[in-house]
Amino acid sequence: MTQQHPDSGITSRAATKVHTLSVLVENSPGVLARIASLFSRRGYNIDSLAVGPTENPLYSRMTIVIDVEAHALEQVIAQLDKLINVISITELDPVASVQRELLLVKVSTNATTRSQVLETVQLFRAKVVDVAQDAVTVEATGNSEKIEALLRVLEPYGIKELVQSGLVAMSRGLKPGLSTNTDSKG
Amino acid sequence: MGNEKKTGAQALVQALEDSGVDVMFGIPGGAILPAYDPIFDSKIRHILVRHEQGAGHAATGYAQATGRVGVCIATSGPGATNLVTPLADAQMDSVPVVAITGQVASGAIGTDAFQEADIRGITMPVTKHNFLVTDPAEIPRAIAEAFHIASTGRPGAVLVDIAKDALQMMTDYNYPQSINLAGYHPISKPTDGAIRDAARLIAESSAPVLYVGGGAIKSAAHKELLELAELTGAPVVTTLMALGAFPNSHPQHLGMPGMHGTVAAVTALQKADLLITLGARFDDRVTGKLSSFAPNAKILHADIDPAEIGKNRRADVAVVGDLKLTIAALIPAVKAEFKKSKPDLGAWWKQVNSWRERFPLAYDLPADGAVSPQYVIERIGKISGPDSIYVAGVGQHQMWASQFISYEKPRTWLNSGGLGTMGYAVPAAMGAKVGAPDTTVWAIDGDGCFQMTNQELVTCALNNIPIKVAIINNESLGMVRQWQTLFYNQRYSNTELQSKRIPDFAKLAEAMGCVGLSCDKPEDVDRVIQQAMEINDRPVVVDFSVHRDAMVWPMVAAGTSNDDIVVARSMAPIWDSQEL
Repeated sequence: MTQQHPDSGITSRAATKVHTLSVLVENSPGVLARIASLFSRRGYNIDSLAVGPTENPLYSRMTIVIDVEAHALEQVIAQLDKLINVISITELDPVASVQRELLLVKVSTNATTRSQVLETVQLFRAKVVDVAQDAVTVEATGNSEKIEALLRVLEPYGIKELVQSGLVAMSRGLKPGLSTNTDSKG
Repeated sequence: MGNEKKTGAQALVQALEDSGVDVMFGIPGGAILPAYDPIFDSKIRHILVRHEQGAGHAATGYAQATGRVGVCIATSGPGATNLVTPLADAQMDSVPVVAITGQVASGAIGTDAFQEADIRGITMPVTKHNFLVTDPAEIPRAIAEAFHIASTGRPGAVLVDIAKDALQMMTDYNYPQSINLAGYHPISKPTDGAIRDAARLIAESSAPVLYVGGGAIKSAAHKELLELAELTGAPVVTTLMALGAFPNSHPQHLGMPGMHGTVAAVTALQKADLLITLGARFDDRVTGKLSSFAPNAKILHADIDPAEIGKNRRADVAVVGDLKLTIAALIPAVKAEFKKSKPDLGAWWKQVNSWRERFPLAYDLPADGAVSPQYVIERIGKISGPDSIYVAGVGQHQMWASQFISYEKPRTWLNSGGLGTMGYAVPAAMGAKVGAPDTTVWAIDGDGCFQMTNQELVTCALNNIPIKVAIINNESLGMVRQWQTLFYNQRYSNTELQSKRIPDFAKLAEAMGCVGLSCDKPEDVDRVIQQAMEINDRPVVVDFSVHRDAMVWPMVAAGTSNDDIVVARSMAPIWDSQEL
């Protein structure tokens, strides 16, 4: 499930300081509300938020993308860490982690443009998941840049509908990323 | 504590007993009713209050006076929402409080049932943590965890909401022998490296100030603090939440910093080269305009809450840990540094002392012979002495009580610092008196505050809780009126309460089973205070009719720099900029 912060608007990620936090939380009712409430009352902007189960049914993993300065990031992490249901917080380095979004987009097509759209889909290693007379629905996964690039190319054909997941991310290599301050609750 | 079959309600009361609760404040109602049956037989003293807000502040006052966890209990819906203000209050001031609320039966949750309110959702932003329990087997663990969370690390408010059917069902009772919360490991011991860096910073400073906050009282660090202060020889300021952590009478004590702090305390922070920040949080009422606060000072920030470090002001050295342990570790580390070189604070003290001498805390007596509110409060402090507990509401009387009573011991000054909750004093004094029955407890209240929560005097009268209440009656919402005088061209929009006409506070007190006294002449002040001191079988309320135009000075206007502190003693301020 994903949530878009209502105040976040559409911002270009390249221009701002975007951080990806991987937050391990207890899988219990109200946890999402606690996190959302914390961000809302402290005035932190969420770019995207994705929540899902983990290998351990007791825990869920949240991937939170936020747009803050480095100093404010420390505060976000420290405040998140104070929530009793938050087990650990890891900031994922974009280079040392795998980051993916899922995109479903319905693109207008006609007899002349369909083949061009299909070519684009192939180039981006996306796939067509539904075909109608005047549109195709494309599914793509990738990092934010790839998804943005795909959308830029598809836009001229006419985007009828678009839905996008929040970012999910994981550190590369065998071990889970080092958690920051799991032992530092006040 | 082995396996026994109990109802959820019995399990709740047993768990409260096993958590060491000796008293709780509350009011029954539909959803919590099953719990009140075993409460009837429990060794826990339940004090039936007249409003749930009173229960919450009483629990807070109890906790602040004793250092133990305060407990309040209410039913679902309006009972629970009436606890929101005291929970927010306790959380802001880091007071350990546990609230128990009944909730509608689990099957009815989410259906807008009678007296249903999502109190877990409502209190999420104003508590340290909260629980909704729908399984009776989980009740003992939730209670044990609530007390653990409320009382450890940075203390705070915790709410446990329990569905009515969970209270009614049978369960096996198991009180957890140990608590292990995967996401909660408060740090208590500071790291050696941080202590070393902190000691070095102290040894390098020639103009330090010990900026002491409420954490010093929470962690009972007063003895260590005294030792550190005398070791460093640095000036000490104690914030509104820290009064009593360091003796007012100590020669190194400069008073309280902040909006209504002493000139010496405010200016010492501004001019210091190092703030040794101990359990304080750079609150806006202390810093004034943050960007101009203590511009030349390095910051040593010691706090148990890592999220306070760098929240408002960047720290040069941060020490995370329990303050008592932190200071205890600092003392030998500073001694070792001082062996190498000890800074000379002579020039610094010369400066500090000149501010102290030129701008002592003082007030002018009203020219018309009316009673001065500062004088009343000062006399109460002198006559009742430093062993009494003083509890204030919020406003001018609170500031005067912080200025003109000399606090010598921790936990003798209780007030609502962070949230600024009017109406705090009477119920909090009730809680304090329950926790410290042999101590004289004075509520120093305003006529506005008093009219918000005075119903708890009935509770006091009926339950043998003989508190003393001084109403500083200036027939107005005095602090708001002061701002209207200074910043709104004396347009007194809705601040005149007319409380010298209505109500008659002495009669009101008598009607609630208290002794009601009045005083409107300066020459009667001592006699009436003495009279109140001698009444110990009932609560006593004294209506001190005081001059309405008295103001709180000094003052740093909200949002301005601490450099612009205004020193005035009379009713008309002197808005000239002093050379400080």
